[in-house]
Amino acid sequence: MAHAPLLAERARAQDARAVARLISMVEREDGSRLPELKALHQWTGRAHVIGITGPPGAGKSTLTDKLVAELRGRGRTVGVVAIDPSSPFTGGAILGDRIRMNRHATDEGVFIRSLATRGHLGGLSRATAETVRVLDAAGYQDIIIETVGVGQSEVDVVRLADTIVLVSVPGLGDDIQAIKAGVMEIGDVFCVNKADKDGAERVIREIRAMLETAVLNGAATRFSELYGALAAMGLGPDAKAGPGPGAGEASFAGAAAADEDAAGGYFQAGAAHHIANQARGHDELALPPVLATVAETGQGIKELVDAIKAHEAGLAATGLLAKRRVENLAWELGKAAADRILSGLEADERRGYLRAQAEAVLGKKTDFYDALEAIAQSLRAGS
Amino acid sequence: MERKIRVLVAKPGLDGHDRGAKVIARALRDAGMEVIYTGLRQTPEQIVGAAIQEDVDVVAMSILSGAHNHLFPRVVDLLKEKGVDDVLVIGGGVIPDDDIPGLKAAGIAEVFTPGTPTSVTIDYIKQNLKRKA
Repeated sequence: MAHAPLLAERARAQDARAVARLISMVEREDGSRLPELKALHQWTGRAHVIGITGPPGAGKSTLTDKLVAELRGRGRTVGVVAIDPSSPFTGGAILGDRIRMNRHATDEGVFIRSLATRGHLGGLSRATAETVRVLDAAGYQDIIIETVGVGQSEVDVVRLADTIVLVSVPGLGDDIQAIKAGVMEIGDVFCVNKADKDGAERVIREIRAMLETAVLNGAATRFSELYGALAAMGLGPDAKAGPGPGAGEASFAGAAAADEDAAGGYFQAGAAHHIANQARGHDELALPPVLATVAETGQGIKELVDAIKAHEAGLAATGLLAKRRVENLAWELGKAAADRILSGLEADERRGYLRAQAEAVLGKKTDFYDALEAIAQSLRAGS
Repeated sequence: MERKIRVLVAKPGLDGHDRGAKVIARALRDAGMEVIYTGLRQTPEQIVGAAIQEDVDVVAMSILSGAHNHLFPRVVDLLKEKGVDDVLVIGGGVIPDDDIPGLKAAGIAEVFTPGTPTSVTIDYIKQNLKRKA
């Protein structure tokens, strides 16, 4: 049904009911959301999107609660998208992230929405990207995506978040080893929560060792790209003078000037590394911050927000923010296009066509590759 | 896509026993619903704020402290104040039979007392949603 984008207008005024309704329409992929989201489009792209990810039980929800409080204290409005898994058997879900953060439910500057994965893999729900856009357009300045508890490969959050906080925790034993190769590579800011527990120092050392190794191996990581860009601008741990020659030409130059000081904070947050690095004889290494927090008591939260905001400033100063958003949206468009093609293939009449092709392959009337080519051509001709 | 029934399970008031609320939450989950659980000691204002943001179909509250005659109607009134008229509000817990007519008159659609099979609550929700799937 076509109608004027009334919900969009109300959402722009941060009407919580309208925002909530829009997110529900997104979740059930309701076609009538399209005029609303189109109307909101011009207001998107302004929020700082922060991903909080890590294994189950790391304290992501409690940490998110404290981040919300700290950001509110700095005068920011905050949206939270908290994702929990759906049962693959019943489709039901218990969304419990609010237990830790419902004290913000009466704060009009905070909007929290729990999403179930509804069968989607990768640590997010399908609706996450559009939900973030709704909150962004509604004017929430910082948007926190809290992923499901992740294992090794649930890294979809890299496609949505500007800044990713990877939360680890002592006491998982070999789990720290297990996640090293997967999600450990996506962090911009590393946080060892429950740092008052035994073994926290060891986890911090292990993460630093892993990051050092990545740098020494020349691995292309999210943080190495940023450090490289900052160094090219004359910013960074070894910067002696002001911005380098290229800085003035950056498309983000205006914003960059204001952000340069803040960007340095990303290095300061990682300063402890340089001491450790010098002791090990490679003082040139620039590593992202690894911070110790005790979310329960609020210890280290201020420093964590400082590091998150410094990272954002660094992205803005170097122009990487804009570059990554282009890459991420291109990825999302590609995926959405593939989904649309797939849903075309899954339509009943297509199923019959696919079965006919399969029979032809099995009957040796054609081969797999010719059948595939025929299907691809029919898609191009048909839609 | 299929419409999911979303339920806010909330514990208003000061009692610290949420075993019953958790049993209901699990039963509703196993019936295929999405259950948002807010934890203990919620004010009516927090419950209503969460219900709106989560865009739930049902608010299910549990009280064991005896404060139901005050807190249940307060949630209904606050929802009305915010213009929310399509959410089914139900209650449970240790509630004397004599109090039930008053609660229903105040807008609590149904009250489930101890011993009610969870299947009764599930069927009730499915048959009495105010928004149609």
